[in-house]
Amino acid sequence: MTSAPKDDAVVAPVAAPRAGAFVRLGPRHLIIAGAIIAAVLIPFYAKSFVLFQLTQVMIYALAILGLNLLTGFNGQFSIGHSAFYGVGAYTTAILMERYGVPYVWTVPAAGAVCFMVGFLFGLPALRLQNLYLALATFTLAIAMPQLLKFHGFEGWTGGVQGLVVDQPDPPSFLPIDGDQWLYYFTLIVMLVMFAGAANLIRSRTGRAMMAIRDNPIAASAMGINTSLYKMLTFGVSALYTGVAGALGALAVAFVAPDSFTIFLSISLLVGLVIGGVGSIAGCLVGGLFMLYVPNIAESISTGLAGVIYGFILLLIIFVMPAGAAGFVRFALAQLARLRQT
Amino acid sequence: MEQLLQQVMAGLANGAIYACMALAVVMIYQAIDHLNFAQGEMAMFSTYIAWQLIAWGFPYWVAFAITVVVSFIGGVLIDRILFRPVQKASILSQIVAFIALFSILNSSAGQIWDFTIKSFPTPFGHAPLFGTSLIDTHEAGMIGVTLVMLALLYLFFRGTRLGLAMRAAAANPESSRLVGIRVGWMTALGWGMAASIGAVAGMLIAPVVFLEPNMMLGVLLYGFAGAVLGGLSSPGGAVLGGFAVGVIENLAGTFVPYFGRELKLTLALILIVIVLMFRPSGIFGRRVVSRV
Repeated sequence: MTSAPKDDAVVAPVAAPRAGAFVRLGPRHLIIAGAIIAAVLIPFYAKSFVLFQLTQVMIYALAILGLNLLTGFNGQFSIGHSAFYGVGAYTTAILMERYGVPYVWTVPAAGAVCFMVGFLFGLPALRLQNLYLALATFTLAIAMPQLLKFHGFEGWTGGVQGLVVDQPDPPSFLPIDGDQWLYYFTLIVMLVMFAGAANLIRSRTGRAMMAIRDNPIAASAMGINTSLYKMLTFGVSALYTGVAGALGALAVAFVAPDSFTIFLSISLLVGLVIGGVGSIAGCLVGGLFMLYVPNIAESISTGLAGVIYGFILLLIIFVMPAGAAGFVRFALAQLARLRQT
Repeated sequence: MEQLLQQVMAGLANGAIYACMALAVVMIYQAIDHLNFAQGEMAMFSTYIAWQLIAWGFPYWVAFAITVVVSFIGGVLIDRILFRPVQKASILSQIVAFIALFSILNSSAGQIWDFTIKSFPTPFGHAPLFGTSLIDTHEAGMIGVTLVMLALLYLFFRGTRLGLAMRAAAANPESSRLVGIRVGWMTALGWGMAASIGAVAGMLIAPVVFLEPNMMLGVLLYGFAGAVLGGLSSPGGAVLGGFAVGVIENLAGTFVPYFGRELKLTLALILIVIVLMFRPSGIFGRRVVSRV
């Protein structure tokens, strides 16, 4: 589908000369353009259920990208991203249902709220590393469903019942139905966010993020404000995942506390590793995996679905330990070597 | 005062379970430097084996012993078959392998023994201990077994050559290999011991939470919290951490007004995070100093 197989944002630490970047179009750009055209044409050929699934894939890909910015590019672990996803989803639902805000505005609002939450959560996270950070984020993931159910907030969150969200109507000048519009809306948001992430990684800020990942001590010796950048990355990462949550609320048209448990975090982590840590295009592969592989396992045998899922995971880890992106990179390197000899 | 004492005792009883799991977590952490997300499911699977043996008519303690041995072998096999090949992969890939193991064990236990809740016998009975209503014999038994296990482990690691070799292999694999310690087998041994400890924990908890494939999930989470609180490099600290988590959980649920039982777990975890902010390597853990 839309997976562009090559992504050298991570491999090339030095940015291309600015003037040349606009003029020269490599095969990479052709692949991305082709994928976008294909993605635009899909709604005219696919059934609405498939369309809904693809919308979900894009939403998951966006959430995984958020986690990737934090883990893949900044080296901080998180198993609490389900909480940010949930905060994003609830922000959209509450703004739409309680305050009548048009859905388009709730998406940036969800992003802003999550940025603040993530930025502030980054503050205690500064003191903690690796497993201890994993525990802190894990706390967040465990706390979120309980907080959403908490009776003190029931007036906003709807408590255990959750909230029903109206599906957005397509603009009247377009001859498409609700599902198709949702697909396009998600596609547009996703493309903007992916382009933003790709540019962020190539910027001075992105290089600072990666320097902290590779060697925090050397990075701070070079004058990078590690605390600030770590907190900012946490915020941006939460923003991406929160926007994904907001889109998820629109797509599913319903939010409930138990959709945002620790298992969502774990699925996101699996998607991240399968797609490839530190690869932007890999997030799409991760999104596809997150949605389709459990379904495939279920369809082979309902009782043994978990066993089959587990074996598929193990197989992938054994065959391509660096994820899909690592595999493609490896395959391209092999091809280049063959061509040389 | 009466209520405080009661809550502390109830917390200690719960804490004994968490302490067992924390101990198992620390064992594997020492051996391979990772948290084992499938630890709880391994314990659950072992408990099912014990249940099956008892159902076949074995006496409790025989079933107990067989289960511990079988779990040990299972743990060693998991290391040799599953984790040897991904040893060189990144940490995240290994975590995904743990998640895969989790999924496989959980689903196959459900398939073999189905998802209905089963009761599990206790050798200690449920009578009140010494005539007080503060704690019953099974809870006291749980605390006792945990402490005995800790003592045995202490003796093993401090007093035997094998224990010393295992500590050396964990602390400095390269140098240990040079003095002739087979580091790979030490790791496998660590896995086996962790699986056995987990099995004991599972068998002790099963009478309280009842036997079903998802029974260990909550317990494992508390076990992690206990291990991290006590310090991942210290088995004794992990046990104390486990007890502390149990007590904090119960006291927070009872005495913090307004939050009550609904946010009990959240509150306990937040307390732990606050503790870690002031002591990032856990209460009894060693500080890791990195060399530039």
